Amino acid sequence: MTQHNPQSTNHVLPLKVYFAVGAALFVLTAITVGVSFIQFGAFNMVIALLIAAVKATLVALFFMHLFYDNKFFGAILSISLLFVAVFIILTMYDTEKRAAIYQEKGGPIQKEAVIYQEKAP
Amino acid sequence: MSNTQAAYLAHHFSDAEQQRESAKLGMWIFLVTEILLFSGLFVFYAVFRAWNPDMFINAHRFLDVRLGALNTIVLISSSLTVALAIRSLQLNDQKNAGRLLLTTILLASVFLVVKYFEYSHKIHLGLLPGKYFSFQGIEGTNPHVFFSVYFVITGLHGLHVIAGMLVISWVLLRTWQGEFSSEYYTPVENAGLYWHLVDLIWIFVFPLLYLVG
Repeated sequence: MTQHNPQSTNHVLPLKVYFAVGAALFVLTAITVGVSFIQFGAFNMVIALLIAAVKATLVALFFMHLFYDNKFFGAILSISLLFVAVFIILTMYDTEKRAAIYQEKGGPIQKEAVIYQEKAP
Repeated sequence: MSNTQAAYLAHHFSDAEQQRESAKLGMWIFLVTEILLFSGLFVFYAVFRAWNPDMFINAHRFLDVRLGALNTIVLISSSLTVALAIRSLQLNDQKNAGRLLLTTILLASVFLVVKYFEYSHKIHLGLLPGKYFSFQGIEGTNPHVFFSVYFVITGLHGLHVIAGMLVISWVLLRTWQGEFSSEYYTPVENAGLYWHLVDLIWIFVFPLLYLVG
């Protein structure tokens, strides 16, 4: 019985991997905070999201063990992110482009919103 | 319950490896539903930011970058401690695993305390969602929308932090009772995966709400 080690396929990562990933996450946090005080216009958003994506990848690959685990788990995560992209892109394609067809609905709902009715006399 | 395989291997699995892979598969599918839940809120953010870019930039200055950065550090540290707790269990060191899980719960409560100070400051100023918004002095159209986004995203994330604390407390109790070893620690792994997801969401929430402007 004791010979049987069901989780022997699991890699025990060396401690320094965890500390290196943790240190990288702290450094990237400092960089993203620092960069946010410099004005690059629209590029601020791109830089912030790129750094966030790198941090998320580090967490997923090493803390969540995706790098060493069954690759199917990584595929599930990647496919879900694909659907998130579809969700955001299709919705924004509507909200940003609908004015081309239907002028009155081309902006956020404002006058009709309940909150403005309540503020009216 | 004896300490043999039968203690943790359910009868419908052919071996422990299959049981572990199935449990993690189920956990990943659950995590994907969580990602899609949060993605609705990120769409909320993206659509309204595209409509009112200047208002978002003016309103986000009322969030405290220092507190947000502090919470980022706290959450990343807690992710690290939970990952190290799992490593300790892989090495059969239950004592250290218990200490690291306890540290994770403490860091999570630090996160919530910081969040409490942020929330009470905003409630005090009237920086609130929708019709509760009563603050004067943010330029731009509909500044209350920014605080709707802020409270909904951080609120749902905060609920996940509380849920994560409960789940980690549960595996901590089981660790103290000696239920886990290098042969079996799947519940701790899955609790850890949940906690890392809470961290992953925050990694995107922090720059989107506190920094971009």
